Amino acid sequence: MSEPQKRTRFWGSEAASGLALISPTALYAILLLAAPLAATLVYSVLTDGYLTVIPQFQLCNYVGECHSQLADGTMAPDSYLGAWSDPIVRTLMMRSLFVSVLVTVATVFLAYPVAYFVSFNVTASKKSIWLFMITIPFWTSYVIRVFMWNVMISRTGVINSVLQGLHIITDPLQMSFTIQAMVVTLAHAYAPFAILPIYVALEKIDRSLLEAGQDLGETRFATFLRVTLPLSMTGVIAAVLIVFIPTIGDYVTPNLIGGGKIPMIANMIEKQMLKADNRPLGSAIAVSAMLVVGLVSVLFLFLNRRFLKGQK
Amino acid sequence: MKIPVLRIYTISYLMFLYCPIIILPIFAFNNSSAVAFPLQGFTTEWFHNVFNDAVLGQALKNSLFVASCTAVLSALLGTLAARASTRYTFKASGPLMALIMLPMVLPEIIMAMALLVVLLSLGVRLSLFTIILGHVLVCTPFAVAILTSAFQSLDKSLEEAAYDLGEGPVSTFRLIILPLVMPGIISSLLICFTISLDEFIVANFLGSGEPLLSTFIYGQLRFPKYVPNIMALGTILVAVSITLLALAEFFRRRGLAKTGAKDTGGFL
Repeated sequence: MSEPQKRTRFWGSEAASGLALISPTALYAILLLAAPLAATLVYSVLTDGYLTVIPQFQLCNYVGECHSQLADGTMAPDSYLGAWSDPIVRTLMMRSLFVSVLVTVATVFLAYPVAYFVSFNVTASKKSIWLFMITIPFWTSYVIRVFMWNVMISRTGVINSVLQGLHIITDPLQMSFTIQAMVVTLAHAYAPFAILPIYVALEKIDRSLLEAGQDLGETRFATFLRVTLPLSMTGVIAAVLIVFIPTIGDYVTPNLIGGGKIPMIANMIEKQMLKADNRPLGSAIAVSAMLVVGLVSVLFLFLNRRFLKGQK
Repeated sequence: MKIPVLRIYTISYLMFLYCPIIILPIFAFNNSSAVAFPLQGFTTEWFHNVFNDAVLGQALKNSLFVASCTAVLSALLGTLAARASTRYTFKASGPLMALIMLPMVLPEIIMAMALLVVLLSLGVRLSLFTIILGHVLVCTPFAVAILTSAFQSLDKSLEEAAYDLGEGPVSTFRLIILPLVMPGIISSLLICFTISLDEFIVANFLGSGEPLLSTFIYGQLRFPKYVPNIMALGTILVAVSITLLALAEFFRRRGLAKTGAKDTGGFL
């Protein structure tokens, strides 16, 4: 085929029209999302300078001891530890991971019955109004919602005043600044993210399969375990990932509910990037956080595949 | 009689979801700066404070400006991406769409920090404009999600009929496709406006100190005496958000009715 012919083939084709149409959005995402993420990756292996980043390759932002460069080009006498070597970063990472796993488990377990109810027990015409009702709280200001939890659980707050008024407790419960309070707040914030994917998966299940299960003598519960649950696993997996990944980087909840006393990895990233002005270390922590999230997600997907295969 | 366990569970779950936004207006009208029962009496003092706060007025103006620009840009970018991915099949579609949708699952702090560091090293001065840049990134995936379902429910034969009757691609888009997906576009405009209005992390890190509603609220939370004012402001914001959402839902359903698609429920 000659060159010009090839070219006309390309320009008139589906692919060309599609690419042309998607290009503004794609360029926007490449310039303002992919490029900054790549830059973070690059920064994480460079040297920290005074208010700048010096293009000198090193891996000590991850492992070992690192020195920043001073304004006059000499090495700072004080060293700092890389992201994986620093026990503080490790503690914060483990805490974030722990909180995210708790939140994910709680959110998905609590959400499944709701999705099941809307999909199986609500008449078709009322489904969208139920879904609308579920999503409304999610669309109201996150800061306000987190703040409201803070107000409700404080020592003199709504929950304590009600419990004391009903003489259930005499001394106020200490709920603020606890990991439990953070888990409840985050489980509240991410609820619709868990309900919607599970609902979509449940909706796709062919109802005649369930009847078949029961006709063959299975109890309703056995049918659920052997037919409904495995078929809705795609939704559960989506729900787990969509809750787990963003919660690990949550910034507002540790600040407001934890009162800054239980910092998480997001607060550490912010501190290094801005207050401490150590962008290579901040970038290394951010990259590490993404690595941890990615690894856990892949591990989860892998285990899930094994589990689903084992069922057959 | 069978006890409807699931129904009772779902309703209590909804009560848990609604708990904060139901408590909010109750205390916004309560005549005490302590947020606890029993209620002390009715007052509109906190709302007066909100309406007479000059910084808040500026924050409101800034927020409305940022949210409007974000909504228009995101809906525009979302329309292009949704149309491209539903109408044409091409190899790069999968990876490009994955990148465009990435902000939906990416921790916001990582996105905001990465963008901030790049903007600072390029010497870009932070302003409302940089907040808009970040917000468009956050909102576009939501616009794409809404518009993809709007474009998917389009009957391709309508478009072909227009071509057969001698219309070009541009006039077909304007006369046939645009009116049919208009409700989806309006719905995504409203959703993006709402998200931008409420968004905090990008607004906090990519701004240069001009107050936005969310950052203003966050800043006031440290002072217990401002708590009732924040609750009054929160009440207004929640009311506005719910109104906008109800409108968005209305347009989304009208769009589905127009194209004759089955309602599968929900925005996402």
